Amino acid sequence: MKFTFFHLMAWPHLADDFREKHHSVWVDVPNSLYDPARGHDVYHNYLDQLEYAEQCGFDGIGVNEHHSNAYGLMPSPNLMAATLTRRTSRAAIMVLGNSIALYNPAVRVAEEFAMLDVMSGGRFIGGFPVGTSMDTNYAYGTVPTETRERYAEAHELIIRAWTEREPFAFNGRYNKLRYVNIWPRPLQQPYPAIHIPGGGSVETYDFCIENTYSYSYLSYSGYLRGRDLMRGYWDQVASRAVDESPYRAGFAQVICVGETDAEAEKLYKQHIDYFYNRCLHVYPGFGEAPGYRTIKTLKRGAIPQLTPKGVKTLSQLSWKELLDQRYVICGSPETVREQCEEMIKDLRFGNLFCLMALGDMPDDKVRHSTRLFGEKVMPKLRHLWPDYADDNRFWCRPVANRRHPDQELRGVA
Amino acid sequence: MKSYLIETGNGRTQTRVLETGAGPKLLYLHSAGGVVENDPFLEALGQNFHVYAPSLPGYLDSEGADNLRTMLDFTLWGFDVMEVLGIEHPVVVGHSMGGMIAAEMASLNPRAFKGLGLISAAGLWLDDYPMPDIFAKLPFELPDLLFSDPALGTQIISEGYDFGSNQDELVSFMTRFQDETFLQDFLIKNARRMGTAGKILFPIPERGLAERLYRATLPTVIVWGDSDKLMPMPYAEAFQRLLPHAELVTIAGAAHMAPYEQTGEVLSALGRFH
Repeated sequence: MKFTFFHLMAWPHLADDFREKHHSVWVDVPNSLYDPARGHDVYHNYLDQLEYAEQCGFDGIGVNEHHSNAYGLMPSPNLMAATLTRRTSRAAIMVLGNSIALYNPAVRVAEEFAMLDVMSGGRFIGGFPVGTSMDTNYAYGTVPTETRERYAEAHELIIRAWTEREPFAFNGRYNKLRYVNIWPRPLQQPYPAIHIPGGGSVETYDFCIENTYSYSYLSYSGYLRGRDLMRGYWDQVASRAVDESPYRAGFAQVICVGETDAEAEKLYKQHIDYFYNRCLHVYPGFGEAPGYRTIKTLKRGAIPQLTPKGVKTLSQLSWKELLDQRYVICGSPETVREQCEEMIKDLRFGNLFCLMALGDMPDDKVRHSTRLFGEKVMPKLRHLWPDYADDNRFWCRPVANRRHPDQELRGVA
Repeated sequence: MKSYLIETGNGRTQTRVLETGAGPKLLYLHSAGGVVENDPFLEALGQNFHVYAPSLPGYLDSEGADNLRTMLDFTLWGFDVMEVLGIEHPVVVGHSMGGMIAAEMASLNPRAFKGLGLISAAGLWLDDYPMPDIFAKLPFELPDLLFSDPALGTQIISEGYDFGSNQDELVSFMTRFQDETFLQDFLIKNARRMGTAGKILFPIPERGLAERLYRATLPTVIVWGDSDKLMPMPYAEAFQRLLPHAELVTIAGAAHMAPYEQTGEVLSALGRFH
């Protein structure tokens, strides 16, 4: 198993009556609610937590891209990853990812990911999400039906930019470039492992299988609700007659660890509540712009993750429902191990994205939970897939003689 | 009312055409909501005109939306329909999104038409009057935005589905979304229609029309509901300012969906074309 400590970087100062007073946490949430002076502190706490996760033994530390979002303060995850290359030296640095349809020209992603790969000494893992409708269509104005066409074109351009060694011309519909010639180019050959966050689109299953990319389901709904989607993926893998390495899949799960079940509830309940009831207060009209999802996928019966019903329930769940329905895995190390093991085996995946710093959870609690997971849970789950221990197609391949600027900074090296 | 499919765009699109009435030829281009078979406004237009109402790919069973991307594609689709049907020198009338396409067609080739009718037409953007985002509205919010009589609006928009008109009723509507068949059917229809509309209306329904309207030197009537909340009267006035020969007819007691709210008034506004 590979464990990645994944940070969303939520704004932790949303008022108690946020839901009642505001239309949505995303797209049109007024930035008068953001206080840049407090934001300075918030960013540094969050970056410290990512660095701390490396010390706790996590295999990877992860960041992602959102726009106009009060629970995701990383419009540019690449900036965050860049600072992490200087302050860590072992863990994989995952940017999951850049919404490549939004970059014009998309060579920008090829360039920045290459920079991160070189800076980190080959510890970089990239992601190419289509991007949520909130980010891609509402916040960044992409015509919904163009989203996937732009994505496909950007993908082709990025892979060619990474792999060709002479300047070339690219005549796309959206990217017209006489000279594609990126400097630097990636350190990992031919290019870093790529993970694709998906939400149930049939096209995305196939895209991952064809390109040997890992398929990730990043939801906040927990594994019971992820079952149908992940089974759809594995059925597709089986039908394409490729190997069934669990590292072909990843899953995000909210996890909180205390010394005991009772302590975990006492420590984390209010912050989980903040996350589900304030951070996930997304106006249903922003859930999915018509045309964003293909007719083919709609006809296959994939029910969007953010249907009006989905959003209403997500933001109105009781603590008991959150636990019983496994939206949240929260408890003693043994409880968390047991539920994680069941989830990993049931959904079959090798990459667990641990959502441990949630909502307004204070730094000491995040560290407590992270440390307990690293010390008492991770070691017991690490060897769940012995047959695939050598499968490194979906992980980073760092160079041995890389610099350790984190230790040099401290005067250790 | 006759209804048939034609091949357009050199076979890249298939277009459902509704045809009705007698009189001077009239090409009618529908709004983002589309038209239905036996559409009451088309029936009414048919009293004075020989109406041809093509549905864009994504509407009814017209196909090939993937082959329409830009404003020029939409405009040429309109000319293709005329070509295939052999319609010469018609009046072109469009409502909302259809008005945007009609105005583009008239700007591209004003001599092809006898006249231009723009009913609550899209295509302009005024910074002082930013229009609400119809792509981020829930079904129950639309009647109040588009109609001066929300009850009538609910009936027309819902196509038989009871969306409700307030937050409490929304809950019961959302309950129906738990029925996966209902949800799937709704999502597919909506994604087809609004997916097409989004190509020229999302995120801002403006694709440079204002710079081309000077070319539309044909007789023009602008028809506008005085209580249009989506595109208020300043939009009508902007069209009048930009078009060389435009008369503005304001319809009292009508909103964006004027053709369905004050059908008779809208028909008489188009009276100079028959």
